[in-house]
Amino acid sequence: MRDAAIVGVGCTGFESVTPDISYKEMMFEAATRAYQDAGNISPRKDIDAFISVAEDYWEGFSIFDEFVPDQLGAVLRHLFTVSGDSIIGLATANMLIKTGHFDVVAVESHGKPSDILTLYDVVSFAMDPILNRPLGGHPFYVGGMEMNRFLCETGNSKEQCAMVVAKNKGNALANPFAAYGADTDVEDVLRSDPYFYPLNKLDISQPSDGGVVIVLASDEVAYKLNDNPIWLKGVGWICDTPSLETRCWSEAVYARMAADMAYKHAGINTPSKEVDFAEVDDLFSYKELQHMEALRLCGKGQAGTLTEEGVTSLDGYLPVNPSGGMLGMGWPLEASGMQRLLEVVLQLRGEAGSRQLSDVEVGVAQSWRGIPTATGAVAVLSNC
Amino acid sequence: MEMFGKKRVAVIGAGMTLFRRNLKETGKELAWEASSMALDQAGLELKDIQSVVMGTAPDAFDGVHMKGEYLADGAGSWRKPYSRVFVGGGTGVFTIDAGWWHVASGQFDTCLVVGEEKMSSCYPHPAYAFTTIFDPIYARPLGVTLIWIFALEMHRYMHVHGIKKEEIARVSVKNKRNALDHPCAQLGANITVEDVLNSEVMCWPVQRLDISPTSDGAAALILASEDVAKKLTDNPVWIDGVGWCIDSTFWTNRDLYFPQYVQGAAQMAYKMAGIKNPPKEIDVAEVYDPFDYKELHHMEGLMLARKGQAPKLTAEGVTQRDGDLPINPSGGLLGVGNPIAAAGTMKCCEIFWQLRGEAGKRQVKGDPRTGLAQAWGDLMQYGSVVIMRS
Repeated sequence: MRDAAIVGVGCTGFESVTPDISYKEMMFEAATRAYQDAGNISPRKDIDAFISVAEDYWEGFSIFDEFVPDQLGAVLRHLFTVSGDSIIGLATANMLIKTGHFDVVAVESHGKPSDILTLYDVVSFAMDPILNRPLGGHPFYVGGMEMNRFLCETGNSKEQCAMVVAKNKGNALANPFAAYGADTDVEDVLRSDPYFYPLNKLDISQPSDGGVVIVLASDEVAYKLNDNPIWLKGVGWICDTPSLETRCWSEAVYARMAADMAYKHAGINTPSKEVDFAEVDDLFSYKELQHMEALRLCGKGQAGTLTEEGVTSLDGYLPVNPSGGMLGMGWPLEASGMQRLLEVVLQLRGEAGSRQLSDVEVGVAQSWRGIPTATGAVAVLSNC
Repeated sequence: MEMFGKKRVAVIGAGMTLFRRNLKETGKELAWEASSMALDQAGLELKDIQSVVMGTAPDAFDGVHMKGEYLADGAGSWRKPYSRVFVGGGTGVFTIDAGWWHVASGQFDTCLVVGEEKMSSCYPHPAYAFTTIFDPIYARPLGVTLIWIFALEMHRYMHVHGIKKEEIARVSVKNKRNALDHPCAQLGANITVEDVLNSEVMCWPVQRLDISPTSDGAAALILASEDVAKKLTDNPVWIDGVGWCIDSTFWTNRDLYFPQYVQGAAQMAYKMAGIKNPPKEIDVAEVYDPFDYKELHHMEGLMLARKGQAPKLTAEGVTQRDGDLPINPSGGLLGVGNPIAAAGTMKCCEIFWQLRGEAGKRQVKGDPRTGLAQAWGDLMQYGSVVIMRS
């Protein structure tokens, strides 16, 4: 059996607040667009399995799975929830198709953080309840500590991290789906309020609401549903360790191992040469640099220099986060990975509008589940 | 590069902890204990495990957000591909379905499947965690509880078929007696139908002895591809069918007398396993029984009994361990206990042990070749099924 392909994508766009639309309407809108994009398929007869990606505490429910089927057209059909990142949802859809028992699988992801009154307190509830949570404080201090260690060990600089912010928010200005596009420079970032040293306010992605649905199909049916299928060449996902005390604080081991797994399936040996562009997790500015190095898009300690030289800009030879990343589009919780994946699909299809990259064939999407996890996933996609 | 292919999947090891209220072990420790027992039975070490799937129910029990992440190292998932699937009470059986596709896809040769639950740390009672499973606008303001909605369902089931409480109580008597032979069981007991009928009324017609207990525990299974399984054991058990199905969120808008979603899950699994006549072809079944009426309700959903006929089979002794169609020889959730996700995985373990002839005093008569485990979840809405063959 050959690779599976993405034959449909649908997105609501991302906004800082969405009082006019419920999470169910958001899911319906993204799903309807994805089904239309996939040759106008009917979820009630054409989709063999549905995967929703959600976490109870983000949603304010116990057992959020209950509230998923109707708006996806999945009543009395084969739906389930993966409590994880949306690229892990994609990996799950891929496995279902590879069993040979499923031809078309839909993956739904959304985030509505504006509905959460105490977003960062919810994040605190993910900290180890015995060893870490009693220490108190805003949980993003973990990001500050990691940034410090990462910069110290790799020689990347705080200024280079600020350049990531300026680049991504600038890219987002050309992305109609993005919530936080802005004309920002390095000085703005360095002068913004210190939040979790060395993280400043503008180094941190802000929450955004939005949903993305994708439709994955086996190679047998892909061309029937879409003339321009985007092939999933490889996917990998890794949980490093939940333990803050024993993990590696400089390198994103989860991203390196997940990338190795995805590259192996995709037959990619030298990612820095074979990958045309990447969408990586940038919840914090330094994470883009750390993840570029973990994905072997450059050597250790080189990501900052490449950024400085403009290599990762839209007109560079290795554009990173042409969408604007999470710094530009916002942080839609578990949908963050799918937000990355969406841009890779649009770029590979040639549908990225004014931010379209030229001559791209292979793109990588990477996700991280955020504080306090060391879990991430990587997908390699190609239009040929 | 060709990395995938359709593969047959075997179960080669199983393990479980005691099921108890207020176990001292943390959730991570419970997950570890069950996983290492399963590894021991399979003759494998953690380094041989290529992927891990976790099943665990609401985070509200533990008060830990992203509970799957928190439990990961307990389930042996250090630096491994790891994911958590979650379909409410259906999670325990669904987790082995998820393990199946990890191996059947050809992506992994081995998968560790873990179901874990620690309910008793939820104060004052884990039932409070379930007050947040309801729609915040339509249902929560009514002060709905789980027992309240199951009382509605039980009543409807009894009413449509003219079933008496006495007929349903027999399930509780059978399962608690079966559990006396289970070394991990929490509530094995010799009780009578009278005891059930005289127990405290919780929410009519549900009485205390109709309900499974609050429990902590974990259960685990090792799955392997055909090639790996044949090297490790002469006695693999094959996963020949998996199925799952979800009904509408709006449980108030459908007739609760029959679980159509369980039927949908069963049809998917039977089709995959090539089963045309379930009551004849299934030799032993672990049917989800958090309440005694649910065993009957689910037997009908699984098409192991015709609609309204499951109480009759129970009265005739057909579902006893020495009957023609033994149901819940383990003692089920009513007897062994109900740590939600772990309870469903325990049912899969029991089918594995029964098909291997390793169930000791619980072994059903004859030589069972085909077994089924089923769980049910969400808002009276979800069915998950696995079919195994020796």
